[in-house]
Amino acid sequence: MNDILVVLQKLDWSPLAISLKTGAAATVISFFLGILAARRIMYCKTGWKAVLDGILTLPMVLPPTVAGFFLLLLFSKRRLFGIFLYDTFGIKVVQSWLGCIIAATVIAFPLMYRNARAAFELVDIDLIHAGRTLGMSDFRIFREIVLPTAGPGIVSGTILTFARALGEFGATSMLAGNIPGKTATISQRIAMVIQDGDYVTAGIWVFVVILIAFAVIFLMNIAAGKALKKIPDWR
Amino acid sequence: MGSFTLDIHFRTEAKRLSILGASGSGKSMTLKSIAGIVTPDEGVIRAGGRVLYDSAHGINVRTQDRSVGYLFQNYALFPTMSVEKNIGIGVRGSRAVRNERVREMIRRFHLEGLEDRLPSQLSGGQQQRTAIARIMAYSPEIILLDEPFSALDIYLKDQMQQELQYQLRDYEGTVILVTHSRDEAYRFSEDLMIVDEGRIAAQGKTKDVFSKPGTVAAAKISGCKNISTARRIDDHTFAAEQWGTTLRTSFILPQDFNAVGYRAHEFLPVWGERRENCIPFLLESSAELQFEKNYYVRPDRESYTREDILTWFVQRDKWPVLSEKGMPDYLQFQEKDLLFLQAGSKA
Repeated sequence: MNDILVVLQKLDWSPLAISLKTGAAATVISFFLGILAARRIMYCKTGWKAVLDGILTLPMVLPPTVAGFFLLLLFSKRRLFGIFLYDTFGIKVVQSWLGCIIAATVIAFPLMYRNARAAFELVDIDLIHAGRTLGMSDFRIFREIVLPTAGPGIVSGTILTFARALGEFGATSMLAGNIPGKTATISQRIAMVIQDGDYVTAGIWVFVVILIAFAVIFLMNIAAGKALKKIPDWR
Repeated sequence: MGSFTLDIHFRTEAKRLSILGASGSGKSMTLKSIAGIVTPDEGVIRAGGRVLYDSAHGINVRTQDRSVGYLFQNYALFPTMSVEKNIGIGVRGSRAVRNERVREMIRRFHLEGLEDRLPSQLSGGQQQRTAIARIMAYSPEIILLDEPFSALDIYLKDQMQQELQYQLRDYEGTVILVTHSRDEAYRFSEDLMIVDEGRIAAQGKTKDVFSKPGTVAAAKISGCKNISTARRIDDHTFAAEQWGTTLRTSFILPQDFNAVGYRAHEFLPVWGERRENCIPFLLESSAELQFEKNYYVRPDRESYTREDILTWFVQRDKWPVLSEKGMPDYLQFQEKDLLFLQAGSKA
């Protein structure tokens, strides 16, 4: 017990802040992009639908290290796009917090996209037609009818996205590295201290992660509960 | 999915039009084309003075701008919105205007006290009233009713039909009802169009279409049970081949008919001596319903097929005569009830 207290006293808490910030940023980005993508795909013609859907879902199926490999190819400062970003805007993705966000977003995005799409597909098409015959613009129909009706699906998509973004390890370690106080997320810190045989520190972080996971699910369920009340009962 | 061609040309001045047809006949598709939910390959759709769709001139007005109210089969009420919000969703103008309009509709359609309910908390009748109120609040120029009663229990249906007709009584615009029920079409509309396999099989004043359907398809859809091929012999006689008889009329027969129809209610039972236009028959089977008996009879001859079987409906008030006298010896065709038909569509 004492060693835990000792470790706690001099523990570097920065991975907690980095993970939470990364997870939050990736979730917000995925939330909007995922819904937008799901909406666009719904309006797509059949042929393109399959191709685009495959591309958007790919990061979920691939091992994160493979996604990390492609991200490195794209953003490396030794390659065209990376050089362009750095020279023109001074943006550095590799070995930076931005890299953490990009890696987490790419990996977590498909969860948001797929959940949003599944939720939209369950919305009765007649509701959309009804909205149109009542003079509502497509945007209004989406905002006032489709989104609320799909609410529970969107909420669960957001939970999963946040959880996935928070725990991202493979792609993040390749793209952003494990720089203490900068890109070292909780997952990376756990992996690192385990390699040093420091099970006490690892245990503390594991405990923290479990706490966060519970808190997130609890909060989201409260939100979903509200949305769920608006859905007809299955009786 | 198989391909399906819908080829419909019609115009109506009537305020109340029904489109009657079997499922898959293209009647719903016609309605969806008017609303702009589906886009026809070619053609023109006009409402009043407005062109809604004209393929030749590349005109295709958005559904939102067509001023068309659409009553969906399941009402398509927005599940996450209260009754009040549902009704107000299509009303344009300031908040005050909208609230006033919504209140008016809630009063008119007897939805007081249900303003904050969600659609899932309403009965079927209340849902229908909410859906009509929502359309009325929007004040469209045309109202389209897409089989509004087909999902209802039979005992509710009659009441809801009556109610809907009552709710629409003050509406000045055109109402088009799509249905597969002849009763619904008959009670609802001045004008009727019968659609069969994507084509118009008959159209005109509702009562005329029922009394003179004109085509075999229309006769069947309008409920005519007995149809035979026919061959004109002279001005007053023709052979009804499947019924195995030659029928005579006092009036001059129309020139161009190749089939004849006879409604199952119109047979006259004859006992004893054979009169004109009588056929002998053998009873094949029968069914007793609440208010009528259905007899399925076949011509008295060696070879016959299923299509040759005649249907004879006897209403309840005639039952005593039958039980007293037994089965008649002959069934008589009355010339005023003969329907002279064309096989195939009119178009």
